[in-house]
Amino acid sequence: MEKTWNNKAWFMVLPVLVLVAFSAIIPLMTVVNYSVQDTFGNNEFFWAGTEWYQEMLTSSRFWEAMGRNLIFSFVILAIEIPLGIFIALNMPKSGWGVPVCLVAMALPLLVPWNVVGTIWQVFGRVDIGLLGYAMNALGIDYNYVNDPFDAWVTVIVMDVWHWTSLVVLLCYAGLVSIPDAYYQAAKIDGASRWAIFRYIQLPKMNRVLLIAVLLRFMDSFMIYTEPFVVTGGGPGNSTTFLSIDLVKMAVGQFDLGPAAAMSIIYFLIILLLSWVFYTVMTNYGSEK
Amino acid sequence: MADGKQTAARADDLVPAPAVAAGQDSVARAMRRRGDESRFWWLVPTLYIIFLLLPIYWLVNMSFKTNQEILGQFSLWPQNPTLRNYMVIFSDPSWYNGYINSIIYVVLNTAISVSVALPAAYAFSRYRFLGDKHLFFWLLTNRMAPPAVFALPFFQLYSAFGLIDTHIAVALAHCLFNVPLAVWILEGFMSGVPKEIDETAYIDGYSFPRFFFKIFMPLIASGIGVAAFFCFMFSWVELLLARTLTTTAAKPIAATMTRTVSASGLDWGVLAAAGVLTIIPGALVIWFVRNYIAKGFALGRV
Repeated sequence: MEKTWNNKAWFMVLPVLVLVAFSAIIPLMTVVNYSVQDTFGNNEFFWAGTEWYQEMLTSSRFWEAMGRNLIFSFVILAIEIPLGIFIALNMPKSGWGVPVCLVAMALPLLVPWNVVGTIWQVFGRVDIGLLGYAMNALGIDYNYVNDPFDAWVTVIVMDVWHWTSLVVLLCYAGLVSIPDAYYQAAKIDGASRWAIFRYIQLPKMNRVLLIAVLLRFMDSFMIYTEPFVVTGGGPGNSTTFLSIDLVKMAVGQFDLGPAAAMSIIYFLIILLLSWVFYTVMTNYGSEK
Repeated sequence: MADGKQTAARADDLVPAPAVAAGQDSVARAMRRRGDESRFWWLVPTLYIIFLLLPIYWLVNMSFKTNQEILGQFSLWPQNPTLRNYMVIFSDPSWYNGYINSIIYVVLNTAISVSVALPAAYAFSRYRFLGDKHLFFWLLTNRMAPPAVFALPFFQLYSAFGLIDTHIAVALAHCLFNVPLAVWILEGFMSGVPKEIDETAYIDGYSFPRFFFKIFMPLIASGIGVAAFFCFMFSWVELLLARTLTTTAAKPIAATMTRTVSASGLDWGVLAAAGVLTIIPGALVIWFVRNYIAKGFALGRV
């Protein structure tokens, strides 16, 4: 759409700007402040320069949390994206099945995040949970409270449960936008099932898939509530992701300097990812 | 759709006439068979939905059991169904106030977010102005910002204003990610309305506010509904900021739930009942937005 150049439009944006500035810029400046200062209490602060940043970037604790977070993000992407595509391809295209599927699949997305944690905490317990009980009944030694590997499996299955539907819904939205004529043309050409997927369905899902990948990556990169409720970051530190570590450091131990430096590094990574996301979103819009 | 017709026309041009007739026949048959390359396509969604509903079923199941039954014996459905857990919640103010608090700040947040986002989204969808793209991007970064980064500075900011433990504090804090979300979703819907409608209205002598409320808002009513739903939802599911900014008077239900961890062990039944009650609002409204839910999650960009 042709847009007219009109600087008065700023007045319409002003309320948003004021509100978001109040809840984003001021807190962010506080964080920047802390990240370059040191304190011995009594609200006396000293200039610390980049000391905290250096400490953060050389601390093994930070890199371990970062590593865990990256592994987590990649594992859930590797599971959720193919699974989401597969389910979307097998969704009914018309009839009563469509609303039923859409509503049932969207349900986990609307569960409060700590309740997601609670659900899986209960579901996975060996004494009272269906999953834990069934696993042990099958002779698999499963206990997410003590075993780091089982804790990881639980957190990952929980995330798959929680968010795969997002990928399904996005892919489905891409699939239903394909006109029937495309399939007819493919049929005339005698295209195989794989060829239809590769040359018709996948290209049409391209953009929604990119959105899905980026959204899932960013959201899993800042995951906090669900693993916190289920494992509390343990056993040991095995499921302590960046956000959990950050809250522990800032609110639990009140190490403001390092926590602030970590926040800034964290935020810069997210900023970079957001920029990729934005470019994808807007570029595609213009070519359509 | 026009796109599709063109392709069909082109396909017809390429194939000679008799082949088209035969082709159409087989296409019709193929259309009937489409989506059914195997007869078991329904198996996949069914299995997936079972996987999704099992943990929720388990929670519902537990909420109707007594604690002795939960801990004592393993049963797939309640042997002695009881409403005791729900009674505990509905008779104890510290429990049901959690729900009231959550609903108050969520509604406040939705109202604030949508009302400030409407003019902004209109500006982004209709006009170009100095710094518009940067501003739009900056809004997005706030949607993507990890709440963990903001927990502590928010606490200090709202303490300075004396707003800690008020509903408005949580409502404002959630604007951090809901206002950008609302702007993006509404912009997506507004861009679908042709600009000619605005111009015609102005020519007919409508003033901007009259045009906006009488003509434009009814046109994007579904968009406003979807934006409101997503604001409601993301404010409802968020815990970290809501918990950090409240102590007692505005404590959300989600935070109240953590207190079932008491000296006498966990009150599993009440915990499950409270969890079930938090799922209900989402489950009720989901029907109305089922066709837009992908659009909402993609920030209005599907």
